[in-house]
Amino acid sequence: MVHDTPVLQEELIWQLLQEVKDPEIPVISMIEMGMIHKATAENGVVAVEVLPTFVGCPALDIMKNSINEKLRPVAGVREVQVSFVLQPAWTSDRISDEGREKLRSFGIVPPPRGCQPGDPWEVRCPYCDSPYTRLDNLFGPAACRSILYCKQCKNPFEALKSI
Amino acid sequence: MSEHSYVETAEEARRNPEYVRALQELLFQAADDDYILAYRGAEWLGLAPHIEEDVAFSSMSQDMMGHAAMLYEMLEELGAGKADDLAHMRSPDAFRNAIIIERPNGTGDYADQPHYDWAYAIARYSLYGVFKQIRLEALAYSTYVPLAQAAGKMQREHHYHVRYWHMWFKRLASSTDDARARLNAALEQVWSDIGELFLLGRASASIVGFGLIAGEDDISQRWMNATRNMFASNGIDWPGDWGVPVQKGREGQHTDDLAQAVSTLSEVYRLDPAASW
Repeated sequence: MVHDTPVLQEELIWQLLQEVKDPEIPVISMIEMGMIHKATAENGVVAVEVLPTFVGCPALDIMKNSINEKLRPVAGVREVQVSFVLQPAWTSDRISDEGREKLRSFGIVPPPRGCQPGDPWEVRCPYCDSPYTRLDNLFGPAACRSILYCKQCKNPFEALKSI
Repeated sequence: MSEHSYVETAEEARRNPEYVRALQELLFQAADDDYILAYRGAEWLGLAPHIEEDVAFSSMSQDMMGHAAMLYEMLEELGAGKADDLAHMRSPDAFRNAIIIERPNGTGDYADQPHYDWAYAIARYSLYGVFKQIRLEALAYSTYVPLAQAAGKMQREHHYHVRYWHMWFKRLASSTDDARARLNAALEQVWSDIGELFLLGRASASIVGFGLIAGEDDISQRWMNATRNMFASNGIDWPGDWGVPVQKGREGQHTDDLAQAVSTLSEVYRLDPAASW
């Protein structure tokens, strides 16, 4: 299949990007995380602008490579350029509704929309929906997550930090 | 900063060599502070009082290392050399971190008889946290637009570091007499170094003149106001005038502790700088 018109190629690129997952949370794609700012194709050169979540996240380089591997084999693509941009800044508000549901199903509570760092944040248990939870550690297995505990169903769980 | 003109890209900055010189100095100060303090934080791994503290310090060190890497990449775009080389291959006299940043966590080595001082860690990181917050707020108005944008990004992560450090500050201040006495002793130690944190080094005049960041007095005044509040709400007496170390870290004079830290940090990279990771 040869996609020689640029419009068609961009459509295909977005479809393929939907298959590039966050290596640490494999249920959610980079698009659902709101990390893909732009994807353009011109004369066989595909340029993807990615918004980093946490600046020091080691998964960023893995995602960059995954984008390359996914797009490089597309017919008509000569080069893939992946760049990280800081404007607009990624915030947790960019996670799509679908992405939020997927995070929850993975046991990670997404931050509420419009929540600023420092705002009080009532976190409901992703397993039993109880509001009786406590924060055990602001930090967790990855920079973006905190560790919480549900006093109702006695399960530990994680929540994505609002940034 | 309306009297200054904004510089949107590295390419534009490079048309004015004096601007680039001042900008590079400032970037090295901010990057080296985070880089070396991230290393000091990483040295706590396995030694912190509780596994949750291990997790927290590892995460914060990773964030801070990320902030440093982003600033080194900015320096690379400005022609200072490759970002990885800036982190690993510079000699200690090229580092611009303040001396308080490089002070060891305590006596001994992390791998051999570490007698690390948790109160010193909390005192140092808490007060650095206040300073970094103020520096980031000031950088958000920098004439160098990529730096202003990066400052906004870092602030959102830094917020969680400050929250963590201040929680521990409060905990030690309001805990047993022993904890409080240790915190006070640690604060005294930090206080004798802290004055250097606000300095902008030899290029100070042009850094401020180009509107890259607010001046030393402005920053130290803001820091003092914030820290006074923090001390007052935890019942800690204000220690009075602060000190500065003998060496001038912002001008490239350092203690042997920095040389040792850099040599450990870059040991693997220096084995084969061409290796791909």
